[in-house]
Amino acid sequence: MHPAYSVILFTTASGAGYGLLMLLSLACFMGVLPESQVYGFVSMALSLGLITVGLLSSMAHLGHPERSWRAVSQWRTSWLSREGVFAIVTYVPAGIFGISWVFFGKLDGFVPYVALLTAILSVVTVYCTGMIYASLRTISAWNQKMTAPNYIIIALASGAILQVLLLTIFDQINTSSIGLALMLAATALVAKWLYWVKIDRTSIGYTVEQAIGLKGQGKIRQIEPAHTQPNYVMREMGYAVARKHSRQMRMLSTLLCFIVPSVCMVLSLGMAEPLFFASVATASLAVGLVMERWLFFAEAVHVVTLYYGSSQ
Amino acid sequence: MTSLPATTKKKLGLVIDLDTCVGCQGCVTSCKEWNTSGYSAPLTDIDPYGQDPQGAWLNRVHGFELGEGLESRTVHFPRSCLHCEEPACVTVCPTGASYKREEDGIVLVNPDTCIGCKLCSWACPYGAREYDPSHGVMKKCTLCVDRIYNENLEPEDRQPACVRACPTGARHFGDLGDPESDVSQLVAEREGFNLLEEFGYKPVNKYLPPRKRRDAVTSQPAALKETVGASDGTKTEKFFAWADRKLSR
Repeated sequence: MHPAYSVILFTTASGAGYGLLMLLSLACFMGVLPESQVYGFVSMALSLGLITVGLLSSMAHLGHPERSWRAVSQWRTSWLSREGVFAIVTYVPAGIFGISWVFFGKLDGFVPYVALLTAILSVVTVYCTGMIYASLRTISAWNQKMTAPNYIIIALASGAILQVLLLTIFDQINTSSIGLALMLAATALVAKWLYWVKIDRTSIGYTVEQAIGLKGQGKIRQIEPAHTQPNYVMREMGYAVARKHSRQMRMLSTLLCFIVPSVCMVLSLGMAEPLFFASVATASLAVGLVMERWLFFAEAVHVVTLYYGSSQ
Repeated sequence: MTSLPATTKKKLGLVIDLDTCVGCQGCVTSCKEWNTSGYSAPLTDIDPYGQDPQGAWLNRVHGFELGEGLESRTVHFPRSCLHCEEPACVTVCPTGASYKREEDGIVLVNPDTCIGCKLCSWACPYGAREYDPSHGVMKKCTLCVDRIYNENLEPEDRQPACVRACPTGARHFGDLGDPESDVSQLVAEREGFNLLEEFGYKPVNKYLPPRKRRDAVTSQPAALKETVGASDGTKTEKFFAWADRKLSR
């Protein structure tokens, strides 16, 4: 599948934003959120900013962005529509939670419950993002039970690493935040590798004989393509660039996404310059996430490629 | 709405005969010609005569070889929207621009509400939908909805442009929901089949298999060699064989 850069930016940025929002909301619900209103402003601005930038970037790949308001209408059948609905709905409790914290310094009373609702809606939104891909039976690498949970755990891990950076900046860093980030990064790493192992054992699922409907009548091979230049279907669904480098890219993205940030976070505990290590962790995560998401698209093979000789 | 109708009154669709299709691309160009000024208008091509032409076409004809060696044969394979009974391209649409008509089962895109997110093209296993880069929306076969009911056309022209254009009669149009219709009878008689039936999207369009070869023996090179080598007969044949040898030097 062709990796659209706007969709990569959308899923990584809004994923990290929702991950951070989940952790901030849960911390509020559990009563462990720092009371600092400045910290509140910066962290809520970062999480909602990443979410908003991501959502706006997702509109960039549309043919008609000005019509995107229509996309909330078909929530009965469409995961993309559901994602749009939940993304918008999540802003409401997130806004109430953020305003209470930042402008009124209020973290008790009704606020923990609004925060809990924010966390739940954030998880649901990211789940919907994952389900857009997981529900496509035409793409066997995405049509997996692990696809949507992977989106959630990677969102949480990236949010946790961002949270460590923010807490370090505000000199509020503690071992439990770093411990949480390490645990989430390790879980995400395992989940991603399990996903890769699974898709390596999954074939395209169908044969060219099934695609053309002539079964058991001998070998079928393409002799005349339907057109001399690649069409939309080949460009969008037949993307195969650098698939041969996927092994190295998996290693590199794992390293940058999870291992380098984890090592940096551990080092930041004992070193004189914790901010430097927290910053490197975040920068490494950003590059690693983009690679991981690029691979998610580039490695996925669409069943329509059977008509274009992909079985050869 | 992207919710599918429980049933459709008719199941209009095509029956495509892989035995008689000669891969002339006539249906492809005829489709483009009609639809660039019809319901799907415009079907603009970008850089059509340049290095990297792009543009949406609603019908494509592939050439495949079936079988190996002496028993192999060419199968020309037209591919367009199959107007499935349970199409995933419709249910994934976030805006409701993709829909299946209750009255005749035709799957259409409303070009005024499509946002061009391309998700429907990802959901279709048949590659039936193409994004129109000049128009920013998805284009697909409309089953020439603007011809088949068009009372301004002569009755014989009230069928899809591809069917009307086919010089070998390899394309047939009709109601596949009616078991008594000509197309349904044809499918029954020739054992028509579905593409990628395993998906369960229940395509309405059917394909007819190539007939069994009748020239399997006579076309063998061994038989051909015998005919040429049998020059030990009459004097005329010997003369031609001698002339052939001399001239071949």
